[in-house]
Amino acid sequence: MYTFSSKLKTLSFILMAVGILGIGYGFWSAPKDIQEVETLLAAESHGGHGEAKHEASASAESSHEVAVGHGEATEEIKIEESHGALAPTDDTTKVAEAAHAETVQSKVAVKKEGHEVSEEAEHTEHLNHVLHQLQNKPWSALYVACIFFMLVSLGVLVFYAIQQVAQAGWSPVLFRVMQGITAYLPVGSVIFFVILILCGLHLNHLFIWLDPEVVANDKLIANKAGYLNFPFWIIRAAIFLTGWSLYQYFSRKNCLAQDDANDDLNYKKNFKLSAMFLVFFIVSESIMSWDWIMSIDPHWFSTLFGWYVFASFFVSAITTIALVTLYLKSRGFLEYVNTSHIHDLAKFMFGFSVFWTYLWFSQYMLIWYANIPEEVTYFITRIELYNLPFFGAVVMNFVFPLLILINTDFKRITWVLVMAGVVILAGHYIDFFNMIMPGTVGDRWFIGISEIASVLFFLGLFIYVVFTALTKSPLLPKRNPFIEESKHFHY
Amino acid sequence: MSNKVIYAIYNDDDILMDAVKKTRAAHHHIEEVFTPFPVHGLDKAMGIAPTRLAICAFLYGCVGISVATAMMNYIMIQDWPQDIGGKPSFSYIENMPAFVPIMFELTVFFAAHLMVITFYMRSKLWPFKEAENPDVRTTDDHFLMEVAVNDNEEELISFFQSTGAVEVKVIDKH
Repeated sequence: MYTFSSKLKTLSFILMAVGILGIGYGFWSAPKDIQEVETLLAAESHGGHGEAKHEASASAESSHEVAVGHGEATEEIKIEESHGALAPTDDTTKVAEAAHAETVQSKVAVKKEGHEVSEEAEHTEHLNHVLHQLQNKPWSALYVACIFFMLVSLGVLVFYAIQQVAQAGWSPVLFRVMQGITAYLPVGSVIFFVILILCGLHLNHLFIWLDPEVVANDKLIANKAGYLNFPFWIIRAAIFLTGWSLYQYFSRKNCLAQDDANDDLNYKKNFKLSAMFLVFFIVSESIMSWDWIMSIDPHWFSTLFGWYVFASFFVSAITTIALVTLYLKSRGFLEYVNTSHIHDLAKFMFGFSVFWTYLWFSQYMLIWYANIPEEVTYFITRIELYNLPFFGAVVMNFVFPLLILINTDFKRITWVLVMAGVVILAGHYIDFFNMIMPGTVGDRWFIGISEIASVLFFLGLFIYVVFTALTKSPLLPKRNPFIEESKHFHY
Repeated sequence: MSNKVIYAIYNDDDILMDAVKKTRAAHHHIEEVFTPFPVHGLDKAMGIAPTRLAICAFLYGCVGISVATAMMNYIMIQDWPQDIGGKPSFSYIENMPAFVPIMFELTVFFAAHLMVITFYMRSKLWPFKEAENPDVRTTDDHFLMEVAVNDNEEELISFFQSTGAVEVKVIDKH
């Protein structure tokens, strides 16, 4: 039996405490009204580039109002703003350039016609917009960290279910580790669900389609209202989160019952349950990725988005299994886990990193090639405003694991695996950051106190829940029918 | 000098593996083992140095990606500049997303084919080469271990019979 070391427990409490303080500071320091934003922007313009940027975005907004009418979706303004704000650099931004030109033309038109769009109103609207972005920032930071850790434990659950259904012979010695990590899923789900409800109560503007005023003025979102509306959305979330947690509960229960059984009945039950879960999962996962991530940019769509999100959290999940296994092994537990098991986990880390890249590139290349304005804005926003995290994620999630994990011997060396694992996890956190932040805070992103504190809080909670769950049952499922094969697994 | 070798023939891969380990422990020199299919862990048990083929594969892959880059840069950018996807930038780096699939394919192509050719050359295999199997049964269901004899013929014969060999012969090799 594993006992939760007091050092690790203290660490998890410290992480949670620091996290809560940082999250609280993030909310407290967010601007409350447009006066604060005004002073903030004025301070920025002294820095130099702020002035030009501000003017450009103001002009973009004015042209927008003339074109579409008052009361515009935050989303669209943001994209326009990004086009106006920065000079296009590479050829994918040809569209941006065109949009920019249009902006300038219509601005001239406004002047010529003598249309009275008062400078004052424009300015106020811009301030309001920035205010919403800055108020979103601590919420987004919390949301990214919350969904990331929840999906990591969901990914472990899926990996575990696949092992059950495949009747894999190598992995049963790792089942209890996987069950320990998935114990976080119900906890993370509850917190996540509460955040979704708070979004529905309009405490933030993460999902602009939740705002009836936006929907009323936006034809594209209005057309999607049959699907994207609060009651249906929250019911879907409840069904998915409950379904996953139920599988987690019953699968673990059966696995523990198998320990003291005289036959393989519990094992067979788990087999059927896992097969059903995988079917439920692959449908719910796609819908989940549209609901909780893609709908943050409600005008944009990508048909392989579900797979892309899946690849991202699945490789993080396998990395987490490897890291927890290595930790337990270093503390002298898991006597039957040998280097071949570790080697296999490392192969999965390598393989799924490449799989993630394949999907990342597939999504990018098709949209880049077709160059359809409504699709390509997604990547233009990211390349122009999120250049470092956008390409940094590719380096951390592809180039680095590719070069370091391609070597057979490295897949068995603990410190190499820990280093690669930490980089992969950080890289996929940034990947989720890239998916969520541009639609909620736009160019106001920064990895500061809110973001780091949110990660620390959920990391602390994750460690506490996972290692507490690991103490609850023996680390070897002793009567699993494949346990002998797993103990003697060698590659 | 005697060129005598012993052929110990087995009919099961697990027995063969145990025999190989015992032979190594007894410090007899294993020249070669012939098997009808790859036996997992046999190379480690025989004490053969790890393969360097993977290093070759990596280098061949590097050659492949370089060839792809040079080729497409010449064909699509230099020799006959193309307007790719309505983005007439005529720059390799700006059109790179369109070239990535070919770069990937040629990397795999070069790595795979050159690796196979290297393997054949290293194993001294070529078309119409005469088989070196000492016994045709090693292509069907028997395993054969070839061990050098150093004036200890009688000792070796009894040793291999004790390891579960179904047949032990002494052959004069030329």
